[in-house]
Amino acid sequence: MDTKTPVDRRQFLRVSALAGGGVLLATYIEPVANAGARLAGAPKTAADFQPNAFIRITPDGSITIIAKNPELGQGVKTMLPMIIADELDADWSKVTIEQAPLDTTKFQRQFAGGSTATPTNWMPMRKVGAAARAVLVSAAAQTWNVPESELTTSASTVIHQASNRKASYGELSAKASTITPPDMETVKLKDPKEFTIIGKGMPGVDNHRIVTGKPLFGIDVTVPGMRYAVFEKAPVFAAKVKSSNLDEIRKEPGVKNAFVVDGGQQLQGLLGGVAIVADSWWAAQSARAKLKVVWDEHPTSSQSSASFDAQAAELSKKTPMRSLRKDGNVDAAFKGSGAKVVEARYFYPFISHAPLEPQNCTAHFKDGKLEIWSQSQTPESGRALCAQTLGLKDTDITIHLVRGGGGFGRRLNNDYMVEAAWIAKEVGVPVKLLWTREDDMQHDFYRPAGYHYLKGAVDSSGKLVAWRNHFVSFGDPERMAAPAQPNTPLPFAPSAGIGATEFPARFIPNFALDASVMPLGVPTGALRAPGSNGIAFATQSFIDELAAAAGKDPLQFRLDILSNTPITQDPGPAGAPPGFEATRMRGVLELVRDKSGWGKTTLPKGTGMGVAFHFSHRGYFAEVVQATVAKDGSVKVDKVWVAGDVGSQIINPLNAENQVQGAVLDGIGEALGQEITIENGKTTQSNFNAFPLLRLRQVPPVEVSFKITDNPPTGLGEPALPPVVPALCSAIYAVTGKRVRSLPLSKQDLKWA
Amino acid sequence: MTFTFKVNGKSTTVDVPADMPLLWVLRDVLDLKGTKYGCGIGQCGACTVHVKGTPTRSCRTPVQRVQGSEITTIEGLSSDGSHPVQRAWEAVDVPQCGYCQAGQIMSAAALLARNPNPSDADIDTAMNGNLCRCGTYLRIREAIHRAAAMPATDANAANRTGRSDKN
Repeated sequence: MDTKTPVDRRQFLRVSALAGGGVLLATYIEPVANAGARLAGAPKTAADFQPNAFIRITPDGSITIIAKNPELGQGVKTMLPMIIADELDADWSKVTIEQAPLDTTKFQRQFAGGSTATPTNWMPMRKVGAAARAVLVSAAAQTWNVPESELTTSASTVIHQASNRKASYGELSAKASTITPPDMETVKLKDPKEFTIIGKGMPGVDNHRIVTGKPLFGIDVTVPGMRYAVFEKAPVFAAKVKSSNLDEIRKEPGVKNAFVVDGGQQLQGLLGGVAIVADSWWAAQSARAKLKVVWDEHPTSSQSSASFDAQAAELSKKTPMRSLRKDGNVDAAFKGSGAKVVEARYFYPFISHAPLEPQNCTAHFKDGKLEIWSQSQTPESGRALCAQTLGLKDTDITIHLVRGGGGFGRRLNNDYMVEAAWIAKEVGVPVKLLWTREDDMQHDFYRPAGYHYLKGAVDSSGKLVAWRNHFVSFGDPERMAAPAQPNTPLPFAPSAGIGATEFPARFIPNFALDASVMPLGVPTGALRAPGSNGIAFATQSFIDELAAAAGKDPLQFRLDILSNTPITQDPGPAGAPPGFEATRMRGVLELVRDKSGWGKTTLPKGTGMGVAFHFSHRGYFAEVVQATVAKDGSVKVDKVWVAGDVGSQIINPLNAENQVQGAVLDGIGEALGQEITIENGKTTQSNFNAFPLLRLRQVPPVEVSFKITDNPPTGLGEPALPPVVPALCSAIYAVTGKRVRSLPLSKQDLKWA
Repeated sequence: MTFTFKVNGKSTTVDVPADMPLLWVLRDVLDLKGTKYGCGIGQCGACTVHVKGTPTRSCRTPVQRVQGSEITTIEGLSSDGSHPVQRAWEAVDVPQCGYCQAGQIMSAAALLARNPNPSDADIDTAMNGNLCRCGTYLRIREAIHRAAAMPATDANAANRTGRSDKN
């Protein structure tokens, strides 16, 4: 391409539509002349080459690449820059990675959730790198007066083989800075076979700082003149302060301010409580120990886990509030001759995210402007919440993205951010708000509990012919029972819904998915693989029950179902995404069968295997768990085999394996012992002694295999989690003959003889 | 009240309440942010430091209890990240979020100091008090074996590619 021809600015600023994703590049590419002083916190000099908001190359050869998304352990701060660096043909070992601040004008969507970073950024990041490389090639071609077609690039160098000339990107930066970057739409991308960085295992770019204990996380932020805050909220969600002993608290050592925050009733927003600001966090927390608050009565103070169970049982006997999908005639099929009918109720509890870094946020309000340092997964939403609550404009708020000590969906909500902002506005000096672990566990947006009342039938040949699920969940009963409104989200509580294409929908002729809901005053939200992390347990476990009723091998039974021609009807009012591709799911099932030696391994008495698969977040995962159950019912997971299909390219295999192993261990931890219960409107558990995370002694080997398929690359943060829970439960069944229909396992009687 | 102790080889005097946990003295008084707060009740191990060489939960250790003691934090394990455990952690690419890792590394370093060639079972026992919410446990085991096989001092830091600058 001839880059000497001036490109119409609007042309290269235009949106680039993306296959499979739908994100855009728009203003990634800024006018070169205006792009200075934006990268690396240092002013751009004339000789710096800064073709877009992501890349700067200086004459000394140093290359800085911006990581756009919040990093909470999912590895995007390494992975997204790798994509840019590869198309740029940069020497990765000499690249410096810099975290972007929140600037959606320059970086578009800056978000950590839904395993979306890969599918939505894969092509844009490639184009960002390729466009910069094209300019460097043009610079060399102009300098040497040779055709661009004779030039190649490698490790931050442009090479002219014919004349044996080489120029480093640093040497070319001054010339490159005068050349207009090419149109992002037409920029030439590498053939994947030419990748040199993508596909290679690259350690996390912050590893050295992590292992040497450098300040890196939100909790480590220090601002000159900063004070420390604690915030006591009502144990009953959204109850308000009636009275408190503020006068006494203000006299405590080190305390600078103590005041009531009125707050509202919106659970995702600012809630009422008492703020204490002191010259050290320990002083604030020590004063808090003496705080006495009388809370107002609140309508949700009577809700409890026991009452939810009772309401669910009642609802299960009634006509469902809403039909979400109906294929064929389930009732007729249940009565069919030779049909074996199985019925079961499945339950999974509320659970907490419990990221190891408790919620915290640093904020400074001065002269009508707000500056925030946060690990939010949704900083843009956080900015909007702060603007709305404090009566500011988005443009009055600056947000710095700080590394987060785990997210898992907890930091999709920004309650801690608006609290810090409110307190900072009240006190007028920089403030770091830090929650205790107890605050964190008792004021989470929990993975909602769920109840599945299932009925299924296999025919005399062992074929699955009917499936009915009455899903009892949380939400607005009145709206759920009202006629469906087009283009209106179903009135489920956050993260408490189900999709109309959820397996085994589409694969069996007679299928019904119905829903009823009860009201909820407990905050809920997305937890890693939201929805799927509970639904997979219920549906895959019940598939296992039906396989047993059919007298079929559980893995082959699944392959058989996936071989049925899918029904491709309108998914219905749940607005679910189109169903997954059966061939890809069969592929991972067959792979995990072969890797695990399924059906070919002789296991000792007391040891068994279970299998499950699940599609979520565009990812296909099948997993086999081998577990040993002692006679006393104690469970030990011996090994897990994972087969995943996330498309044509594993971008960073080193991190991919880590994410998958972590997701699997996360799922095992959830299944073994995690449960949040509600009593008198309050969360019962408050720390790790009552909410056990998986510990090293419980950790089995996790063998990860990827099936590479000709599909766009997709994300890995979440989809490996859901199958491990039902696979473990089916392994327990294989040993004990006991079906696990309720979690956590620590509450089940698994003794066997 | 004033308390005097050694932190990372340096004699230090602080004027703080006697019941203030060592964790908060380290983090907020001495500005050593590497030691992390996770639970405050000695359940997660994120706050692990060495007191007289013994891995100790600093969140449950009132400062008065370390009067006159020698304390080592992650910042003092080596001056440049060259301790075998730190090098192994980078070589194996252990961290995900990284928040627990300072505590993990301090527990691992103490284990190797008293048991240079631990078995998997030794590792599981010594490290069972350190939670990793991200589930990097398999790499923690691997990295401890890797560190055990390294010479105690090695001027060459672990082979790394790519690094971040500011944050």
